[in-house]
Amino acid sequence: MTAGEWRGVPNLARRHWQSLWLRRLFQALTWLGVMLLAILLFRIARQGAVWLDWDFLTSFPSRFPARAGIKSALAGTLWLIGLTALISVPVGVAAAVYLEEFSRAGRLKTFIEVNIANLAGVPSIVYGILGLAIFVRGIGLGRSVLAGALTMSLLILPVIIIAAREAIKAVPQSLRQGAMALGATRWLTVRHHVLPGALPGIMTGVILALSRAIGETAPLIMIGALSYVAFVPEGPMDGFTALPIQIFNWTARPQQEFHGLAAGGIIVLLAVLLLMNAAAVAVRHRFQRRR
Amino acid sequence: MDPRPQGVMMAPELTAAEKPPEKHLREAMPAPILETRKLSIFYGRNEAVKKVSMPVPERRITAIIGPSGCGKSTLLRAFNRMNEFIADVSMAGEVLYRGRNLYGKDVDPVEVRARIGMVFQKPNPFPKSIFQNVAWGPHINGLVPRRELPELVERSLNQAGLWGEVKDRLGESGLSLSGGQQQRLCIARALAMQPEIILMDEPASALDPVSTDRIEDLLFELRERYTIVIVTHNMQQAARVSDYTAFMDLGVMLEFGVTDQVFTRPREKRTEDYVTGRFG
Repeated sequence: MTAGEWRGVPNLARRHWQSLWLRRLFQALTWLGVMLLAILLFRIARQGAVWLDWDFLTSFPSRFPARAGIKSALAGTLWLIGLTALISVPVGVAAAVYLEEFSRAGRLKTFIEVNIANLAGVPSIVYGILGLAIFVRGIGLGRSVLAGALTMSLLILPVIIIAAREAIKAVPQSLRQGAMALGATRWLTVRHHVLPGALPGIMTGVILALSRAIGETAPLIMIGALSYVAFVPEGPMDGFTALPIQIFNWTARPQQEFHGLAAGGIIVLLAVLLLMNAAAVAVRHRFQRRR
Repeated sequence: MDPRPQGVMMAPELTAAEKPPEKHLREAMPAPILETRKLSIFYGRNEAVKKVSMPVPERRITAIIGPSGCGKSTLLRAFNRMNEFIADVSMAGEVLYRGRNLYGKDVDPVEVRARIGMVFQKPNPFPKSIFQNVAWGPHINGLVPRRELPELVERSLNQAGLWGEVKDRLGESGLSLSGGQQQRLCIARALAMQPEIILMDEPASALDPVSTDRIEDLLFELRERYTIVIVTHNMQQAARVSDYTAFMDLGVMLEFGVTDQVFTRPREKRTEDYVTGRFG
């Protein structure tokens, strides 16, 4: 046997060149996104930081910028997100469990699946109209924080269901079979093995969905959340405002000071969002370590 | 302890002392604890198992061998109704467990699976502690009171030959064990349910030779008290561990008999070709 000659690979130089430039392009695009976000955050911070103090968090809105705060809006947002989570998580996870673990393939299931996928793409203002017709007027909840939370729940349910289904699907089939082979019912299998395994994924979906809800403005305006609220909601039937509405209201005013207040409100909104994310990461981490 | 169950007829010229220690070569076959009658299983229109009638003798190890795709795993899953989780499966015929049809209208599949244990090809311990892995089955089925669970867990792990290796780390995750240990944990999990029958679907095919050896040794110990059906594509394994062997090809059960006979004097040409490695 003689040693074979090195055979050239066709177009090798060109392919390396292509790979290198595409890599640079993708790198640039990634940085573009990061930079845009950084610029936005920087501008907001510069504009709003001077307004951020304890008084800002604990004062009600006012005609006078120096006295205005976001107490009612922050409390309204916390109420709204809390209630929305209480409503949408159990319903969404139950729907996902039903679709993945219990329902049989068939036309009805396909119909439900197609509907959920479509609902995820419906503009939020449409949910606002629905909320106004059903919750505010239909069952007479009025412009309450409960009506707002129900509307928001409708809005994010498709996202939660889809995310939870994916998480449930990702639990290995071998685990289900192992449990069933020990004489477990469907429910016990789901309760002890599928849900714990899917929890991190479900948490991620829930946080994503709630993050969307926390920034939504259109449906709240539609159902008539108030823009000037000088009280904190004390129950689910109270009127409310929310951070995005307060921010929107301030940016619409001509005075420069109110724009600064709006920037301050945005910073608070982002902080709440980050806190929620951090909580989700913490829960996920703890849960994964336990196995 | 005399490993032979009561009521088994022995060939007259052999006393217990002369009897080959491992193989029940000349005995009359014990009464079947499990039996299929003209069992056919379909995936959609494809008939994966064709009119199979086979006995599973009590307290013996029965091996089902055959080339990939011959329907042996499908047949095994029919013994504890695990095929029902696969979409589009239908079947005809009967599976009799102590004379009762497992697919009768009054039979609850959950109860069937609580009584007939199963060990899978790939070790699939729960992502929970070693203790919980073994205790979960008996716990949810209310087999023993909660305070007796530790004792049952110890006994089951002992039977599976794992107790010595894990007794100081029962709280650790089942996934922290090696592949072979995980499979023995899965066997302990099945034993904790105190089943009469254990079904094993290529239990050693994902393991290294040393771990495989341990599993096979374990099978020898278990056969005194349990009926075991093992699916394997490893013919040496079937020849080593089993008392009876069934050979399947293309969904048909071509041969069933005492293992030594099937391997040394097969009745069917096709069986001979397979066990001598001419195809498969």
